[in-house]
Amino acid sequence: MAYRSYLMVCAGTGCVANQSMKIKEKLETEIRKKGLQEEVAVVTTGCNGFCAVGPLMVVQPDGIFYQLLKETDIPYIVEEHFIKGRPVKELMFTPPKEKTPIPKLSDIPFFADQTPIVLRNRGVINPENIDDYIARGGYEAIAKVLTSMTPEQVIQEIKTSGLRGRGGGGFPTGIKWETCRNIPADKHYIICNADEGDPGAFMDRSTVESDPHAVIEGMLIGGYAIGSSEGYVYIRNEYPIALDRLQTAIQHAREYGLLGTNILDKGFDFEIKIARGAGAFVCGESTALMASIEGRPGEPRAKYVHTVEKGLWDKPTCLNNVETWANVPQIILRGAEWFSSIGTGDVSGDPWGGSKGTKVFSLSGKVNNTGLIEVPMGITLRKIIFDIGGGIKDGKKFKAVQTGGPSGGFIPESLLDLPVDYEELTKVGSMMGSGGMVVADENNCMVDMAKYFLSFTQTESCGKCVPCREGTKRMLDILEKITEGEGTEEDLVLLEELSNVVVESSLCALGGSAPNPVLTTLKYFREEYEAHVKDKKCPGHACRKLITYTIDPHVCVDKGHGCHVCAKNCPDGAILGETKQVHTIDVEKCGKCGICYDVCKFDAISVE
Amino acid sequence: MNAQMLETILHRHPKDPSSIIQVMLDIQNELYYLPRDVLNYVSEYLNVPLSRTYNLATFYKAFSLKPKGKYPIAVCTGTACHVQGAIKIMEQIERELHIKEGETTPDKKFSVESVRCLGCCGLAPVVTVGKNLHGRIPTSKVSKILKQYE
Amino acid sequence: MGKMNIEDLEKIREQGRYKMALRQGTGRVRIIVHMGTCGIAAGARGILTAAMKEIELRGLHDVIVTNAGCAGLCSHEPMMTVEVLGESAPVKYVYLTAEKVKRIFDSHVLKGQVTKEFALEVVSEKTHS
Ligand SMILES: Cc1cc2nc3c(=O)[nH]c(=O)nc-3n(C[C@H](O)[C@H](O)[C@H](O)COP(=O)(O)O)c2cc1C
Ligand code: SF4
Ligand code: SF4
Ligand code: FES
Ligand code: FES
Repeated sequence: MAYRSYLMVCAGTGCVANQSMKIKEKLETEIRKKGLQEEVAVVTTGCNGFCAVGPLMVVQPDGIFYQLLKETDIPYIVEEHFIKGRPVKELMFTPPKEKTPIPKLSDIPFFADQTPIVLRNRGVINPENIDDYIARGGYEAIAKVLTSMTPEQVIQEIKTSGLRGRGGGGFPTGIKWETCRNIPADKHYIICNADEGDPGAFMDRSTVESDPHAVIEGMLIGGYAIGSSEGYVYIRNEYPIALDRLQTAIQHAREYGLLGTNILDKGFDFEIKIARGAGAFVCGESTALMASIEGRPGEPRAKYVHTVEKGLWDKPTCLNNVETWANVPQIILRGAEWFSSIGTGDVSGDPWGGSKGTKVFSLSGKVNNTGLIEVPMGITLRKIIFDIGGGIKDGKKFKAVQTGGPSGGFIPESLLDLPVDYEELTKVGSMMGSGGMVVADENNCMVDMAKYFLSFTQTESCGKCVPCREGTKRMLDILEKITEGEGTEEDLVLLEELSNVVVESSLCALGGSAPNPVLTTLKYFREEYEAHVKDKKCPGHACRKLITYTIDPHVCVDKGHGCHVCAKNCPDGAILGETKQVHTIDVEKCGKCGICYDVCKFDAISVE
Repeated sequence: MNAQMLETILHRHPKDPSSIIQVMLDIQNELYYLPRDVLNYVSEYLNVPLSRTYNLATFYKAFSLKPKGKYPIAVCTGTACHVQGAIKIMEQIERELHIKEGETTPDKKFSVESVRCLGCCGLAPVVTVGKNLHGRIPTSKVSKILKQYE
Repeated sequence: MGKMNIEDLEKIREQGRYKMALRQGTGRVRIIVHMGTCGIAAGARGILTAAMKEIELRGLHDVIVTNAGCAGLCSHEPMMTVEVLGESAPVKYVYLTAEKVKRIFDSHVLKGQVTKEFALEVVSEKTHS
């Protein structure tokens, strides 16, 4: 008999790290114990995007969402919910500052305001089960393409849809395909870029983990359209689960004859190979990536000749991001019109005329709900941060949102109503990027954040060209000077000048966009730089040389009764005082690590 | 690395110079570093000049030429983790183990390094010890986590 | 399964339809079996199985069966509620047996005609959202 209920247990990287596989085993044992194994099935899914409350599970068909599960919760859930039909309130999601839990996943604002296209199968299918994907309409698009469309028609459909690259640049996908197709050669390659270089984002990991076949099907369609029979997926070595799922999916597709020769009996041949990245940010760049697949160091080359003409092994090569590929089957199935009805602008005459479809973002930092979200283009940043993200943690004040990772910039409060759109984000000095979105609150220092990103790009610079290698180093030196309280006003001017030189004269986009975090913070948060330079103060309390921690003696004694916790935890032995008495910090010894500030439960410690 | 393990790894990939990075990754994932004799052997087997192999080993962050501890610790310093205080975690580990980033304890038990995003930003700050991932760790829990591995 | 053609794909899709409807919580008809202590004692489990059997036998993929707690009408157990999408009021059926479940499927679930003889009353508010 068919099952009546499915327990969709998240088995994405985050939940697995939080022991979701143990939860799954326990569920299975309890279900067998109660004789429910014929009625209720446990299914593992890919990342649901809400890793912060994992391990999590969704009970279908009721749509009940359970979070932060522990093995010990399982017998109770099985008894109460699956036998008696009483969902367990204590394990449901309750928004911060509210009391009533929200039982259903579809009612939780984090999920309710999303528009899943790329992530439409997340939480619904077992990514390791190809039949699940097929049951959701999977491989229907490639069937349609192979039976009723010419390659030119496929390309036209993608062009009309207005799909643009999701890996950063936003290049119109249809045009890239067409250019590549039209270059005569005995062989063409296509590549899926799953290197996910942005240090603080996991869109591509999540997509590959929760729906690997969507990427494979997208590549099949691209292969047919471009006239290629061989594709590569270049994926980060740091993503073992995603890699594993992808390998399994490729193998299943091969067994079904959906990869290989004479696919679906329609005379089309296509194979996919996997190449792992070895941890170099620059390898996300097209020429470097291809060098890496060929087994060479990932150094970019000057793009006098584009990779669509001469790419992998010098053959015409079409490189697209994971998310770009995963959009393709849905566009084919539901039509270009449908896709272009979502988003901003008009792409009917000009492929750069708008941003269509959705974008997946990795929302992190100081928001209440961190996680992976898919939203329609054109949505405002405010809606993302305050509705989906649930606002700023601990009632703090919003300061800035950073989009585009190390190549992007910071956007201040005054621009929060900006719609998410390639051009709009670029106009304010940031960029869409691949989907990193980090929220900073009043306790983050903008100079420190700029320094953080710059030190990232500086270490990741491949070193081939001087402006990037030396320019970013000089810029970093200046930023370090400023955060240490040694900066001058001339330094700010110099910083700006250097930024412009690096932007103008670097060989590849790594260098070309590296100064963006600096430029945008200089533009929107200049007063913070000036506070560091003129007043030798750090308004975000992050730059150690410029802050001091102090204990309020009254709070310490009256409220905390001199609990001594800070002194026990201080690594420098800088806190003086006996239990039950006033504690004080020896400024000379204090290393400004802030641990005491974190551990004092009575808020007796402040930072200035 | 025993000969059999190496053979298994080599057989996973086409015998072609372009496989070099993939083979090195497999070795690195097993041993957490690339021993010299193994690199020499692999270079010859895949017909890659030794200078190129070493160039790769230093260019790519995933590779290490120095042996790591029995429990290699990786502190995520990606953006999400940075914002949630990854530096403090790193410092706390350095203090607990009396070593600096990039070093190994004299008893070869632990080594510490920083890595960029591990893709679990929702769990920031994140640290891995060997293949185990620890998320949402407060500075005060660091020593407890390290004790699990003693 | 070996290499597939387009018909094979279609077959797999068809086989998975009910599974996917359940996993998305979408369905034309939702049947709620009341499984409080009293319901279970009165044989609600058998009713649940009976409903699932009907779905299987008839190859339906738009009917969902779930369980809910006590409906506060213990003396009428075992009972179930049938909600048809687009119909304003769910119907509660009482004193059920497997045979009655079959008849309810014949008329209400499939044809949209309430099986009045087993129905408690046509309640006005929705019991399940
Ligand atoms: C330094 C650098 C890093 C990049 N990292 C990535 C990356 O991690 N993932 C990605 O898809 N594209 C990345 N890109 C962009 C790619 O070079 C390329 O434009 C993109 O993969 C094309 O796919 P799309 O048109 O589908 O966006 C990077 C570019 C540069 C210059
Ligand atoms: S811009 Fe930087 S990363 Fe790009 S080639 Fe130059 S040195 Fe290398
Ligand atoms: S932790 Fe806070 S309350 Fe306790 S001794 Fe330190 S300052 Fe006082
Ligand atoms: S891994 Fe479970 S929600 Fe992300
Ligand atoms: S930034 Fe640390 S896991 Fe992503």
